[in-house]
Amino acid sequence: MSSTLPSTEPAQSSGHSHVVNDFSIQVATVNGSGSQTANLVLLRSIFQMGVPVSGKNLFPSNIAGLPTWFTIRANHKGYIGRKKEIDFLVAMNAETAKDDVLSLDPGRPVVYDEPLKLRELRDDLIFYPVPFDKLVAEVCTDAKLRRLVKNMIYDGVLAHLLSIDIGEMEKALSKQLGHKPKAMQLNMGALEIGLKYAAEHCEKRDPFRIERLDKTAGQILVEGNAASAMGCMFAGVTVCAWYPITPSSSLPESLIGYMRKYRMDPETGKATFAIVQAEDEIAALGMVIGASWAGARAMTSTSGPGISLMSEFAGLSYYAEVPAVVFDIQRVGPSTGLPTRTAQGDLLFTAVNSHGDTKHPMLLPSSVEECYSMAMEAFDLSERLQSIVYVMSDLDLGMNTWMSAPFPYPDKPIDRGKVLDEAKVRQLGAEWGRYKDVDGDGIPWRSLPDTPAPASFTRGSGHNAMAQYSERPDDYAGNMERLARKFDTARTLVPPPVIDRVDGAKIGIIAFGSSHWAVEEARDQLRDENGIRVSYLRLRAYPFTPAVDEFIRQHDRVYVVEQNRDAQMRSLLLIDGEPEYAVRLRSVLHFNGLPIDARSVTDGILAQEK
Amino acid sequence: MATRTNRINLEVTQYRGSKTTLCAGCGHNAISERIIDAFFEMGVDPHKVLKFSGIGCSSKSPAYFLSPSHGFNSVHGRMPSVATGAMLANKTMLAIGVSGDGDTGAIGAGQFVHLMRRNLPIIYIIEDNGCYGLTKGQFSPTADLGSKAKNGVVNDLPPLDTCALAIELGASFVARSFSGDKKQLLAVLKAAIAHRGTSMIDVISPCVTFNDHVGSTKSYAYVKDHDEPLGEISFVPYFEDISIDYEPGSTTNVTMHDGSHLLLRKVAEDYNPTDKISALRLLHETSRRGEFATGVIYIEPDKDDFLDTLNVVDEPLAFLPADKIRPPSRVLDELMEELQ
Repeated sequence: MSSTLPSTEPAQSSGHSHVVNDFSIQVATVNGSGSQTANLVLLRSIFQMGVPVSGKNLFPSNIAGLPTWFTIRANHKGYIGRKKEIDFLVAMNAETAKDDVLSLDPGRPVVYDEPLKLRELRDDLIFYPVPFDKLVAEVCTDAKLRRLVKNMIYDGVLAHLLSIDIGEMEKALSKQLGHKPKAMQLNMGALEIGLKYAAEHCEKRDPFRIERLDKTAGQILVEGNAASAMGCMFAGVTVCAWYPITPSSSLPESLIGYMRKYRMDPETGKATFAIVQAEDEIAALGMVIGASWAGARAMTSTSGPGISLMSEFAGLSYYAEVPAVVFDIQRVGPSTGLPTRTAQGDLLFTAVNSHGDTKHPMLLPSSVEECYSMAMEAFDLSERLQSIVYVMSDLDLGMNTWMSAPFPYPDKPIDRGKVLDEAKVRQLGAEWGRYKDVDGDGIPWRSLPDTPAPASFTRGSGHNAMAQYSERPDDYAGNMERLARKFDTARTLVPPPVIDRVDGAKIGIIAFGSSHWAVEEARDQLRDENGIRVSYLRLRAYPFTPAVDEFIRQHDRVYVVEQNRDAQMRSLLLIDGEPEYAVRLRSVLHFNGLPIDARSVTDGILAQEK
Repeated sequence: MATRTNRINLEVTQYRGSKTTLCAGCGHNAISERIIDAFFEMGVDPHKVLKFSGIGCSSKSPAYFLSPSHGFNSVHGRMPSVATGAMLANKTMLAIGVSGDGDTGAIGAGQFVHLMRRNLPIIYIIEDNGCYGLTKGQFSPTADLGSKAKNGVVNDLPPLDTCALAIELGASFVARSFSGDKKQLLAVLKAAIAHRGTSMIDVISPCVTFNDHVGSTKSYAYVKDHDEPLGEISFVPYFEDISIDYEPGSTTNVTMHDGSHLLLRKVAEDYNPTDKISALRLLHETSRRGEFATGVIYIEPDKDDFLDTLNVVDEPLAFLPADKIRPPSRVLDELMEELQ
C-alpha cells in the first residue's frame, strides 16, 4: 500500500499544497437507493468545469440491497482509465463502510453517514461526518422519498469540499431531472442543504480540489452500449433480435429508443425496422441469420453465456455463408456471482465459435467512438464477407460513462456486399454458383429471395459450388479451402492496428479494447517513473494483419495486456503466428472483475523486466 | 394436347423439386406431392415462397418441392427462428416450414412454442411418424404410450399433442391430417395457403422403415383404423367463381382472410372449430377413445399476425434504400448535442 499522496501542485489561492484535478472519488452505497443520479451529477459537474473525468459503476447482480460502488476519476492530463487507489471516500453503506475505510491509504478524506461512527476505526484519515438522515428530513417531508433524495446531499457536501461550482451541479441535475419539476426541486433542496451543512460544519482539511480547466469543451459523455446502438442505427440495421442479459441489454434497449425516434418512415409513420425480443439467444441468432439470408441488415447483442448458446448457429453462418452481426459485451464467466463485472474472457472461444473448422472475424473497440464506428464497420464487413462478425466490447466500455470527441458522420456509403442484381446475373450467366469463387477472393455472389436472381437452397456443410447437396470429399475439401481464402481476404478488410513505434524501444505492448486507457497511462508511468520507453500496438480486429507480425519482430519482448486469466489473445497470436513468438510474447493479465488500471499494467511489466 | 397450366400460367413442373432421397413408400413423399398440388392449384408464384426446415428426414423434403423457391435447411429444432427472421426481412413472402416430430416436439419445443405464440404467418407442417427416422428409429415425443419400437422396446411416456399445444399457444389455424388421405390433406393445405397467420398442420406420416410394424401406433394399418376424419372439408378459393351451397345446420362456413371459403361439415352438434375450448375438448375426447381427429380442428381467420403487431413499413425491410435506413447527419448532430 502506497502512503504517498498524488503529485501535488502549488496552490493558486492559498499558501499550502493542493491536489488539483487529479484524484479519484469512491462513493459506496446500497444499490436501488437512487445513488446513480447523484453520482452522474457529480461526474457531469466536474466534466462541465472542463476537467477530464471518467466514471466506473461497480455494481452487484441484484436490484436492491447489495453494495455498489461508483468511482469517479478527475484527471487534468486526460487519463480516463480506472485509478487503482481511492483518494476520496464517500461512505454511505453501513455494510461495507468498515472495509472501505480500512482499505484507504493514510491521509485520505472520508465523508460518511454520521451514525456509522467511522472516525473510531482509524486516526490517520480525515473524517467529515454528515448527519444525512437529519438533513434529508429537513428538505423532504415525504418519508417515502427520503431514501432517494438522501444521496444528493453528499453531492452538496462535495461541492463545498472540492470547490465544485454548485451552479454546474444544478445544470447537471436539470439534464437528468429537468423534465420532472417536483423531483428537480426536491433534489436541489438536498444539494443546497448538503452545501450549507458542509460550509458550516466541515472545515477543509484535505488537499483535493477541482479547478476549472478547458479540456472538455465540445466533448460528449456517453456509454459504449448507447454508442454502439447509434452505430447500428447509422449502419442501417433493419432487423434486431435479442435476449436480455447483463451487460448487453442496454445496447438493444438504447437502439429501440433511437429507432423509434429516428427510423419511422415520415410518410407512413411505420417502422423501417423490426426489433424482436427472442425467447433465448439461440433464437436471437436464428432470427438474425434468417433475416440476413432474406436480405435484411441484422444484428443481435449478448454476452458470454449467449455466445455459448449461439455457437451452433455461428457455425451455420460460417458454412452457409450468411451474414450476422453479433455484439459481445463481455463479462465474467457463467451463472451467478460476477455477471455484472467486466472481463475480456470470450476471445478464444468466440474466434472459433462452433463445431467443425470455423473462424470468425472479431472487431475490438477500445473507445465509445469505436463502439459507434465499428458497429458500422461490422455490418459492412459481415455482408461483404458473408460471415458472422463479432464486435467484442465489454462491460467497462459498454455500461460505464466515457468522455469522447463527438462522433463523425459516416463518410462511406453502406456496403451490401456481393449480392446478385439483374446486371450481374446477365454478366455471370451459367458461370454463377452460390458457392463459386468467380473473383478469386474466396467470396461468392449470393442471390436473395424476391429478386430476379436464381433461387438457391441453403444448407450447412454438405454442398458443392452450385449449392447442390453433396457429400463428395473433393467438394467438401474444396469448399473448406475456399473458406480459408475468404478468411485471408478478411485480413485485408478488417480495421488495421494502431501502432505507436518508439525508436530504439526493445519492449512493446500489444493490447486492445478497454485495456487501451490503462496501457496509455502505464506507458507514461514507465517512461516518467522508470525511464523505460515502450512501443504500443493496439489491435482492432481479428484476423491479425501483417503489421502485427512486423511489430512483434521489431521488439525483443512484447507484453500482451489482457483482462482474462488464460492469456487468450496471446494464445490467438501464437496460433496464427510464428513459433518464435512463444519466446517474445509475454503476458500482463488482469482478471479480478474490476476494470484494468495503469498501475497494475506498469507493475506487471516491471515485475518481468527485473 | 396442351399442358395444363394454373391461373398464373405455370405448369405443375414448376412446382416440383429435385428427386426425393427418402425411402420408397415414406409418407413424407406423399406430403411433398400434396404441397406441389396445393401450390399449383392455388396459383402461388414460387418466387414469392420461402421454404424452411430443421433437421431430420422430414427436413430434407423442402428440396423435393418448389425448386424455383429459395430454401433453407437450417439446424435441428431451430427452423422457427430462421423463418421468423426471414419473414421480418420480407413480409411480402409466403413461408412454408417442414419439421418433424422430434425436430418440433423435442429439441425444438421451445422455438415451436414461441412461433405459435407469435402467430407468425407461416405454414408449419409436422411430418409426424412418432420416431427419429434419420438416426434409425428412436422414439420421439409424439410416440403414443405403449407403442412398440421395431426393436421391441415399449414407449412408457405419454405423447405430446402438437395440435392441442398450438391451439393453446395462439396459432390461428390448426389441423391434423394423414399422409394417406390425399383429398383431405390437399384441402387443408389449400386452406392454409389462404390463411394469414400460423397454420400448424400435424400430418401423421408413417415411417415405413422403422415404425410400420404391428404394435406401433403410427403404422399405416393402425393409422387407417384409428383416423377419425371430422367430416368432409371443402375449400373454395376466392378466385373460383363457384356459388357456395351448404346446409348451415350441418356445415360451418369460414370466410378466410383472402375471401376464400372453408366449409367444414360438423361432426358433432356442440363442436365449433372457431372456438378454442370446443377444439381442445374435441382433441381430448377423441384421444380418450384411442383415436385421433383429422381435419381443420381450429381456425381464427382474422387474428392479427406477428408482422401486423410490429407496425413495419409495407415494403420488404430487406430492400429499403439507403436513404430510408441511414438517418441524415442532422440526426447525429442532434444526438451529439444532447450528450454534451
